[in-house]
Amino acid sequence: MMRRHISYLRVVALLLTMALLLAACPAAAPAGGESMAADEEMAEEEAMEEEGKVLTILYWQAASLPGPYLSGGTKDQDAGAITLEPLANYDPNGTIVPRLAVEIPTIENGGVSEDLMTITWTLKEGLLWSDGSNVTSEDVVFTWQYCSTEETGCTASEAFLGIESVEAIDDRTIRITFDSPTPYPYNAFVGANTPIISSVQFADCVGAAAQTCNEQNTAPLGTGPYRIIDFKVNDVAVYERNPHYHGDPAYFDTVIFKGGGDAASAARAVLETGEADYAWNLQVEPDILRDMEAAGLGTVISAFAGYVERVLVNQTNPHSDLGDDRSEYMGGDNPHPFLTFAPIPQAMSMAIDRTLISEQLYGFAGQPTCNVIPAPLHYVSDSNDACLTQDIDGANALLDENGVLDSDGDGIREYNGIPLKISYQTSTNSVRQKTQALLRQWWLQIGIETELINHDASVFFGGDPNSPDTYQKFYTDLQMYTTGPTIDPQQHLSNWICEQIPMRGNSWGGGNIFRGCNVEYDALFEQLTQTPVGPDREALVKQLNDINVQSFYQIPLVYRGEVSAQLNTLKGVWINGWDSQMWNVGDWHR
Amino acid sequence: MGQYLVRRILTIIPTLIAISFVIFAVLDLAPGDPTSALPETIRPEIRQQIRKAMGLDEPFPVKYGLWMRQFFVNEPLSLIENAFDIQIGDGEKRLRVTSWGSRGVPVMDMILERVPQTLWVVGLAYLVAIVIAVPIGVISAIRQYSIFDQVGTFISLIGYSIPTFFTGLLMILLFSVKLKWFPMIYDTNLQVVDWRSFVEQLRQSAMPVAVLGFFQAAILARFTRSSMLDNIPMDYVRTATAKGFRERYVVIRHILRNSLIPVVTLIALGIPAIFSGAIITEQIFRVNGLGALLIGAIQLNDIPLVQTVTFIFACLIVVFNLIADVIYGILDPRIRYS
Repeated sequence: MMRRHISYLRVVALLLTMALLLAACPAAAPAGGESMAADEEMAEEEAMEEEGKVLTILYWQAASLPGPYLSGGTKDQDAGAITLEPLANYDPNGTIVPRLAVEIPTIENGGVSEDLMTITWTLKEGLLWSDGSNVTSEDVVFTWQYCSTEETGCTASEAFLGIESVEAIDDRTIRITFDSPTPYPYNAFVGANTPIISSVQFADCVGAAAQTCNEQNTAPLGTGPYRIIDFKVNDVAVYERNPHYHGDPAYFDTVIFKGGGDAASAARAVLETGEADYAWNLQVEPDILRDMEAAGLGTVISAFAGYVERVLVNQTNPHSDLGDDRSEYMGGDNPHPFLTFAPIPQAMSMAIDRTLISEQLYGFAGQPTCNVIPAPLHYVSDSNDACLTQDIDGANALLDENGVLDSDGDGIREYNGIPLKISYQTSTNSVRQKTQALLRQWWLQIGIETELINHDASVFFGGDPNSPDTYQKFYTDLQMYTTGPTIDPQQHLSNWICEQIPMRGNSWGGGNIFRGCNVEYDALFEQLTQTPVGPDREALVKQLNDINVQSFYQIPLVYRGEVSAQLNTLKGVWINGWDSQMWNVGDWHR
Repeated sequence: MGQYLVRRILTIIPTLIAISFVIFAVLDLAPGDPTSALPETIRPEIRQQIRKAMGLDEPFPVKYGLWMRQFFVNEPLSLIENAFDIQIGDGEKRLRVTSWGSRGVPVMDMILERVPQTLWVVGLAYLVAIVIAVPIGVISAIRQYSIFDQVGTFISLIGYSIPTFFTGLLMILLFSVKLKWFPMIYDTNLQVVDWRSFVEQLRQSAMPVAVLGFFQAAILARFTRSSMLDNIPMDYVRTATAKGFRERYVVIRHILRNSLIPVVTLIALGIPAIFSGAIITEQIFRVNGLGALLIGAIQLNDIPLVQTVTFIFACLIVVFNLIADVIYGILDPRIRYS
């Protein structure tokens, strides 16, 4: 009996030793000195050669599906963009470049009709899907039908609004007809959010059936440089070189698109351990990123589209005494008691050091800006650039000149007897709270007192009509957030016409959040909707931007970009803010 | 005992139905909308279309009934079909519970894809924890207030009080960034086919297993120790010692056996936690386990996935509670169920 129990203890002891050994073993191996570590590295390199050239891309948000049509996240669009292609892409400068199309249709080359009602695209010759079958104009027509069928629940259907029909003229020619004159006809099939899908593969997946097409949704055929071979939902996608690609064969044998984790560790995996080649959207404190970059393995890169962090100036009176009439436009009968007097917001804008905010708080992801339309370059006005330099003395002088003085000596100026005390709300976010604190400090120096408020993002942006704390209701004097135009600013500019003012009557549904109505702006916008792409359109966009900024409806602060990181050994990356960051993945090499 | 078991199993059924109703109702009534994760540029009309395509505008009882049928009838049928490669009825048309985040993908497939990683990483951590914790707990108790006990208590307290996200980060900084021994990204495509890939699998599991194991071991060691201490002053121990048995015999044969009863129960109750994964640890090391699946689904408002995963966890907890009770009855002769 006793013997049996002693051996029992031995088993436990043995197990314990084994566990310890197991834990210590990998630790013991490289402890043998540098030469051994070097040997191991060489062995690893050899192993890499055997396995082929692998590109590892890290997205801290994992892809739900490879493609933009059933899942609207950037992660999904980018996972799709490695294999799916549109007719044309936007390059990082915002220029349209052909992809599956032979050239970009314009009025000059006859591709866009004079009446702005149709656009005609021509496919390149000899295009093949990744299974070797032919790409025809039917696939383009099908893609439109697929996404514009309501029951599909297509997340990209916005791009197809205003399209009356898409027809195949012949095997390689597609004509899109609009239901009204469309000065900017490049919304559909341009950019990674509207790539072409196979009409054969997805034939039975239109409408409600889209919900049941597991195989098609997770492994779509593509025309791009790589084709998908494995997709693990919310985890990883694996691609191999597409032998039927229409361009030069891609460099890597395998592309691994890994998701999950968090932004800081994704940055670390590229910049400090070199385990991954590329990490996307690194929302990490700039100082931490700079420290990681100092390790010398990789580089932090930024992409800019049109996003502007800005302060909106309430043109209506949000005073709580007004009850339900707070921040209601009421046909212009409820103006803000002092913010509608332009010199006051102008002085506030002058007092801001935008360079300091963008360098200290945004780092790689921000540039100071004075415009609400910050890009593409040909749409950017240069008449507001004076705001880039902080001028507190000038701001004080401006207020003095206009009779906005501190008459009771409490350090706060008054306008018509009303002290300049303002409330300023934004979403809860460390960068935004730091920005708020800086602005308050500068505004105090020009005699304006600010009360800072922040709300949880899900409430602030949540749009609940019963909540008083949404950005749509705007029950404060100022608020701050980011939005931005797509590559053609018309849609964005349409938010600021008079009829877009949110109010009780439209359940706070409009985009004119600052509640400013300017007749001149509306007239120019009407003109914009009829002006085709070209210098006239550019001039109009600049004018609209200037009216908005110079009326001080909005105070732009920072032009915001996205930050990614790449290994220094990875070549050919051209980070893109207007299109998928994967838009040119076929050119990436070592 | 037999009768007791039947009665317990029968009460499980209404319990689970009640749980499924509560889970479904809570998630259905909770604010949040799967289209809220979509870009802000998508218009309200289009959001409405997407909601409709997902079946969101059906009334609550219809949604609940549909889910019940899909979960209790359609899913098991599909599972059997796949397992035995046979066809039961019109399998193609049978509606399965599909995800909203990854539309078209059956939720059950997503879960099954995740189970092996979770079992390997979290299960291994649990095993390591048990193997380390029980001996430490035993020695700490019989050598109470010795150096070993003091050090053990100190380390246990550290393990217990430092959150896994901190130990995880610390390990990454030390072993991946500074020493470069272990990879910080868990490669979920790795197939164990030969010795080298097995070693690779061990290397990439080392850090998550260590983080989780440390935490679990700390709890278990404390528990074993206090359970041992409860038994040491007992009369039967004195009797055994008085009979002249050697200390080792008394400890293993009498004290440990009695002390392990609550420990075994604790371990059995902890097994559902293995399946539910370790949300934070999986997230840190990018292990695609069930915990990571659940947290991702919650972020995307993927309600069918959250419902199904939560309900499966609930089932596991109910079942393992029963198992723990049964084991208790078997191990402890003083307890008799009737």
